[in-house]
Amino acid sequence: MGLPPLGPVPTLAELAVGRPGTILSVAAAAGLTQRLSALGLSPGRNVQVLRRAWWSGPLHVRVGMTELMLRRSDAARIAIEPCESGV
Amino acid sequence: MSPATASDPASESAPARLETEGRPADGRQRVALLGMPNTGKSTFFTRLTGAHAQIGNWPGLTVDLMQAQLELGGQPALVVDLPGLYDLRGYSEDELLVRGFLESTRLDLVLVILNASQIDRQLQLVLQARSLGLPVLVLLNMADEARRFGLTIDHGALSRELGLPVLPISAKYGTGCAEARAAIEARLSCDTPPGRCLDPARFLLDDLALDAALAPLLAAAVRLPERLKDRTTRRLDAVLLQPLLGLPLFFLAMFLMFQGIYALGVPLQLGLAHGLERVGTELIRPLLAGLPPFLGGFLMDGLYQGIGTVAAFLPVIFLFFLAMGLVEDSGYLSRAAFLMDGLMERLGLDGRSFVLSLMGFGCNVPALLGTRVMRSSGLRLLSMLVIPFSLCSARLNVFLFMSAALFAPRQGATVIFSLYLLSFVAMIVTAALFKGSFSSDEPLVLELPPYRFPTFRQMLNRAWCEVRHFWFWSRRFIILGVVAIWLMNNLPMGVAPASAGTLSGMLGQALQPLLAPIGINPKLTVALLFGFIAKEIVLGGLAVIYTQADPLRLGQALAQDLDWAQAYSFMIFTLLYTPCLSTVAVMRSESKNGRFTAFAVLWSLLLAWVSSFVFYQAVLWFRG
Ligand SMILES: Nc1nc2c(ncn2[C@@H]2O[C@H](COP(=O)(O)OP(=O)(O)O)[C@@H](O)[C@H]2O)c(=O)[nH]1
Ligand SMILES: [Mg+2]
Repeated sequence: MGLPPLGPVPTLAELAVGRPGTILSVAAAAGLTQRLSALGLSPGRNVQVLRRAWWSGPLHVRVGMTELMLRRSDAARIAIEPCESGV
Repeated sequence: MSPATASDPASESAPARLETEGRPADGRQRVALLGMPNTGKSTFFTRLTGAHAQIGNWPGLTVDLMQAQLELGGQPALVVDLPGLYDLRGYSEDELLVRGFLESTRLDLVLVILNASQIDRQLQLVLQARSLGLPVLVLLNMADEARRFGLTIDHGALSRELGLPVLPISAKYGTGCAEARAAIEARLSCDTPPGRCLDPARFLLDDLALDAALAPLLAAAVRLPERLKDRTTRRLDAVLLQPLLGLPLFFLAMFLMFQGIYALGVPLQLGLAHGLERVGTELIRPLLAGLPPFLGGFLMDGLYQGIGTVAAFLPVIFLFFLAMGLVEDSGYLSRAAFLMDGLMERLGLDGRSFVLSLMGFGCNVPALLGTRVMRSSGLRLLSMLVIPFSLCSARLNVFLFMSAALFAPRQGATVIFSLYLLSFVAMIVTAALFKGSFSSDEPLVLELPPYRFPTFRQMLNRAWCEVRHFWFWSRRFIILGVVAIWLMNNLPMGVAPASAGTLSGMLGQALQPLLAPIGINPKLTVALLFGFIAKEIVLGGLAVIYTQADPLRLGQALAQDLDWAQAYSFMIFTLLYTPCLSTVAVMRSESKNGRFTAFAVLWSLLLAWVSSFVFYQAVLWFRG
């Protein structure tokens, strides 16, 4: 929404299924940033992609005690630092 | 940027100014339930207030809120269930509404309800409410789940750190609810003046301040498990959200559900209708014997028959909502949104549109109202355009009846299922055709709650409320419609009822050039015309038109008058054209766009006619 997607930084959209990562920044419009943060997706938090839906549908992610779905295009606005060791 | 993030950090130490006036003139204390979506506010509301909830109208708010009056600690109190919201600083419709409510209403107590197993992020809302200076009591709901998932919460420490009372409850099972009620009464009896919050946006904390306040609280009172111990949900999701299996399983589940409703509901409906008919002939007809034939006929063949035919369907509706409530409460609906979003996105819709359409299978009106969660007007309008194709319970009545009358029992269920499929096809075609005119780039972020199984009591309660709602809502339409149909069938006086000389006969004849090519005869035409008001009228109307109240005999009369192709064509038309006047009214008020509403009505009529035409002419052609 308004803002261009993030450049070459790894984003949540590309995070491998099962591999944890830490959120670096969220580059979305104010409304979406606020909603994401209320659901737990804010800088510093750990996330994990549980699965991707068929036909490039949404991602199923876990952050803290919450599980949620979000579209790949929105996930591409969340910059991630993948953790070195898989769990 | 929201103005709240620019608020001055000193606001934490100096709570917002509360306007404190005397009690409202009626002397009632006011209590509001505040919380994020899906935390169990409504469940607790029902526990606290019993079944006395009504829809309340609040000055300055456009939306109705659920409220209930009850005695708390010997004093009258009014409890309001607010819509769920994520953030008091937010700008979604619900968030604006709740903020508006807090600004305009003096409250004696705000119950902030959290989902305890998500306390790590939901405490934010408590901090926000506290910074507004509202009189807050914190209820940590779903204590059962929190324990099962491996969280430990030290309520005493949390309460001390927050400076607010904190109580664990389980609204669903009732644990801790008596203690919560006692605490609420204790708070209400200490005579602090009620407050309302002026200009809340100024006093809300920004993200940094929130995070800073949150961390020590969590450290002091909460131990989160290493990983969520919800094995059931993880295992179920592995199957139900499996990329290849997920969708077929979902549709299989829906198919089985409708088969079950059909198998149980139809015998119940026939039995009840037969009973009502016996009551009519043996008790009511003798009572009316003294009246003039026109009036007696009006009361018996018009009113009683029409209403009875519809009332007989209440068991089916009850079963439908029982099953729907189970699916909804279990968390499977948000999984459906996950599974379908890929397809929906390509149709210009999103997973929520799909879920709303599923809810539309109950009734289109709440489903249309549900589009409020969407902010992009393109997405909202496109969703509103497709939702009315959902085969609602009122249309289901007609279809159950017609398929039982004109098809063998084994075929009946397939006929119904084919109509459900057609309902989906109509939505997909409509969305694909018009997505270009209603574009949207709205993001979609939805919670996927753990699987839950509603208690039997919850399911019964829910289904009962829905049936009552259906009956109250449709009764007036049915009565008016049935009366009008009976009059049209019997006026002008002197001609044979329901003959070509009556008003309805003439009207049906006049529309034959348009409707004969789709197999609709003059009698069905009248039923369709009144079905525009509400589909609940169609069956009652047919009973009046064919002067048969006993469903068995009405079925026989239909079977004599129509062949299966005509009946199916009638069902296609009934499925696709405007569901009822209420949906038109809601569409108009929600879209605030008369042209859009007119377009939606015309499109559905056109699609209905073309589909019936193609079907009926194809059958005629095959027959040679
Ligand atoms: N396990 C559990 N589930 C609950 C509890 N309270 C509510 N629920 C479930 O949580 C879901 C959401 O409840 P609801 O009252 O509609 O939430 P609202 O959106 O806040 O009004 C429903 O499926 C409830 O059955 C509880 O104490 N324990
Ligand atoms: Mg609710």
